[in-house]
Amino acid sequence: MSLSIQNLHATLEDGTEILKGVSLDVPTGQVHAIMGPNGSGKSTLSKVIAGHEGYVVTGGSVTLEGEDVLAMSIDERSRAGVFLAFQYPAEVPGVSNANFIRAALQARLPEGVEIDAVAFYKSLYERMDLLEMDRKFTGRAVNEGFSGGEKKRNEILQMMMLEPRYCILDETDSGLDIDALKIVAKGVNSMRGPDRGFLLITHYQRLLDHITPDVLHVMAGGRIVRTGGPELAQELEAHGYDFLKEAALA
Amino acid sequence: MSYQETNAILDDETREAIDIDRSKGDFTFPERHKYDAGRGLTANTIDYICDVKNDPEWVREFRHKALRVFLEKPMPTHWATRDLENIVFENIRYYLSDGERPKRSWDEVPEDVLKTFERLGIPDQERAFLAGVEAQYDSEAAYSNMKDELRKQGVLFVSSSEGLKEHEEIFRPWFGKVIPTGDNKFSALNSAVFSGGSFIYVPKGVKLKQPLQAYFRINSESFGQFERTLIIADEGAEVMYMEGCTAPKFETATLHSAVVELVALKGAKIQYVTVQNWSSNVFNLVTKRGLAMEDAEVRWIDCNIGSRLTMKYPGVIMKGRRARGEVISIALANTGQHQDTGAKMIHAADETTSNIVSKSISVGEGRATYRGQVHIPRHLKGCRNNTECDALLINSRSRTDTYPAITVRGNRHATQHEASVSQVSEEMLFYMQQRGIDEGHAMSLAVNGFINDLVREFPMEYSVELKRLIDLEMEGSVG
Repeated sequence: MSLSIQNLHATLEDGTEILKGVSLDVPTGQVHAIMGPNGSGKSTLSKVIAGHEGYVVTGGSVTLEGEDVLAMSIDERSRAGVFLAFQYPAEVPGVSNANFIRAALQARLPEGVEIDAVAFYKSLYERMDLLEMDRKFTGRAVNEGFSGGEKKRNEILQMMMLEPRYCILDETDSGLDIDALKIVAKGVNSMRGPDRGFLLITHYQRLLDHITPDVLHVMAGGRIVRTGGPELAQELEAHGYDFLKEAALA
Repeated sequence: MSYQETNAILDDETREAIDIDRSKGDFTFPERHKYDAGRGLTANTIDYICDVKNDPEWVREFRHKALRVFLEKPMPTHWATRDLENIVFENIRYYLSDGERPKRSWDEVPEDVLKTFERLGIPDQERAFLAGVEAQYDSEAAYSNMKDELRKQGVLFVSSSEGLKEHEEIFRPWFGKVIPTGDNKFSALNSAVFSGGSFIYVPKGVKLKQPLQAYFRINSESFGQFERTLIIADEGAEVMYMEGCTAPKFETATLHSAVVELVALKGAKIQYVTVQNWSSNVFNLVTKRGLAMEDAEVRWIDCNIGSRLTMKYPGVIMKGRRARGEVISIALANTGQHQDTGAKMIHAADETTSNIVSKSISVGEGRATYRGQVHIPRHLKGCRNNTECDALLINSRSRTDTYPAITVRGNRHATQHEASVSQVSEEMLFYMQQRGIDEGHAMSLAVNGFINDLVREFPMEYSVELKRLIDLEMEGSVG
């Protein structure tokens, strides 16, 4: 059981190659983190897995429990179990958070089956309490006028509601103060378990102080250049990315 | 998603999908008209209509004069679309009826007509939440009734034909006063051949708690429907009137050209709600205007879906001090459609207030045009206008135009104008799709979000229908 990425190559629409052969295996039950300098291709990797059409996959594969993810549409990938917490979540004016999450849950039900409204709000409120979100939040339009911290918490709320098998968090820690970071980490940690895999993409060590990864990858120049245990984070903290980049190229 | 791809999907399949949207209204029964004025429009047509309807002499004169005005007036193609030139007036049938008076009970309505309105859900709605209903089938009302308690309070709710004959003393002084015959070519056409529509009078101080509703149904091909509505709310009275319209999809173009006049006397309040869902070959050319006296309020709440071409600019003349006028308008233009809509606000007294909020959505090759006119003359003081018009484009082949004309003279007034054009961005769609929502539903959500604040202005029963119609339009348009 894993989200498996093999020798993945992807370019921008203009042909510029961003991913130059990424291989990575995220089994359920584990938290993997990818660190790396700006421009290393970390965020691109998350978007390519989710199916963003601004990128062209030129080689390699992405499979989910053996199924070809690249052959699926964006929404099929989501329903198959891939969730992406966005670095910059889009605003959806006029659509309330509650209605949006409900629509996403409804999309997972067979035709003719309606969501039970009472059960829906009960589970929504439970999760909002855990993330210390105000009840008024349900009626606000998705991400419209949200602070950076509110947007990130909203991403975690959606993730908790949709209960995906694989969660990819793209720079979820950026722009968060320490209190908000702790709340977000609490949400993620509450979801860890044997049936779920995580891929955390981050620029900084500090997220990993709160969510301890099982495996840490370092990405540079569109490739994974090093893989190790949590202790690798300390090494990065001490020596910086340039050291690793040079080591990888040598 | 790239816009090119969406364009590529807009093929015959999409057009078919769009047609499904109107499946609810897309059926027809065989014609069995006793009276048929035939094709084309001459003085003889007018006499035929007058004879069948047994019009009083003053109405016959009014119609003949209007015909002359209609024939003299050029098509307004110097500012409006040239598509108007495709209306073939000689091919249109101007009057069709079975010669029956409107029935007070559904049991007496002929079976095909009853079935039509049952399929459209009218008797059910009447039972559920309406104070009265008029149901028009081609040229005449087939059914017209309201609750007994309203009749006892002196409320009148009858067809215009009945109003002008049996309540001439109230009808005639206001008829054609808010919208004169010569206002435009199509108001003249309506004045010449009008038939059906509602006449409503609400006496002083009577406030209707439930809405009155009219439903205008076209059943016959090449037909022109020309209903005429006059609503008078006496001092302190309040009424909400709702109209719905459908027509089956015929091979040839159908013409719908109504005139609606509202009169709100001192302190009265009239709300006029329209949800129209015409099939895609209807020319819908409608003139609607209200007169608001001192402390009175006229609100037009208007939703235009469907039709080939809609031209409609509901207006309010604020003639009394502190009068208020409002137009809330939603237009959705799909491929093959042009929604040319807007509002006219004529301030004619001090401290009058007008508000225009217009939202249009252009899908595929659909075209939406906003035309506004706000007039505040120099000699007045303390007038206020707020105009907001927002357009949403679903892809790059859609088109939207805005022509706001705000004339404010003098410096003792406050006006505010905001306009925006936005697109459903690829990033927004990607975000929604990443949550598992397919493209069609994502579009629907975005569109419903765009008009959400306006949909709330519609009565509950209509807003549900509105949302459903928009969902169908959007699902059909992305394939």
